[in-house]
Amino acid sequence: MPLNPDYVGRTYESARPYEVSRVKIAEFAAAIGEQSSYCFDEDAARQAGYPDVIAPPTFAIVISTANTAHVVTDPGLGLNYSRVVHGEQAFEHSRPVHAGDRVLATTTIEQIKPLKRHTSMTMRTDLVTVDGEHICTARNTLVERGE
Amino acid sequence: MLSYDDLKPGTELEPRTYRATRVDLIKYAGASGDFNIIHWNERVAKSVGLPNVIAHGMYTMAQAGRYLTELAGGDPGAVMEFSVRFSAMVVVPDDDQGATIEVAGTVAEQLDGNRVAIDLTARSDGNKVLQRTRAVIKLPS
Repeated sequence: MPLNPDYVGRTYESARPYEVSRVKIAEFAAAIGEQSSYCFDEDAARQAGYPDVIAPPTFAIVISTANTAHVVTDPGLGLNYSRVVHGEQAFEHSRPVHAGDRVLATTTIEQIKPLKRHTSMTMRTDLVTVDGEHICTARNTLVERGE
Repeated sequence: MLSYDDLKPGTELEPRTYRATRVDLIKYAGASGDFNIIHWNERVAKSVGLPNVIAHGMYTMAQAGRYLTELAGGDPGAVMEFSVRFSAMVVVPDDDQGATIEVAGTVAEQLDGNRVAIDLTARSDGNKVLQRTRAVIKLPS
């Protein structure tokens, strides 16, 4: 089933903030092998000028995926997730994510594009604190492989 | 640690090698919440036509992120922009060595505010696994 082109421009907002903890940052950093003390030791992070431990740059995917999950499972969109591969990913950070952040995510479907055999869909997710401070904009392009 | 003034366009940065084993992918699945079965179950991966279990694209991107953090003297907060295209799979065999991911960088541009644009390459088993990979990091002057 092809993707529904009427969904371009549709926006999805997170129902509640994602609360970033020191434990989650340390777990993610350990899982990718990141060894920076700024991810594990709040004193080291503070000495470097950060308010608390900071997340590795790709941690923003954890928060954005929590929201894009609602998009890809929207039955009206018609995406067959079992045929999806990750095509492209981009992050633009105003600042790193740090422990204590309470983050709201807003995802917009920017583009649905038929390719030769496949279809690509690009989503933009803005991550902003509950106080309105921009942290990161993530762009995620998924490719639904043709039958 | 590299400084902004050293990084003229065209400067080639020392490559580094990172590893992806089965247990790394299991840890990444748990930490990221991406439990797609092709990243941990060989039987299912092969049944859908893959050569074996493959790494999460975001695991590979995260290894390139470690490279950037190391360039910036161990500060993950120095990475301001980071974009990739996933161009090939990192196939992870069921052995103690796993797969290797070789990351290398070239300075593309010196920007204002002590920022540097870097083009990255990432290879695994002879394949380019990331394409059009560019990052902007902030460095001390």
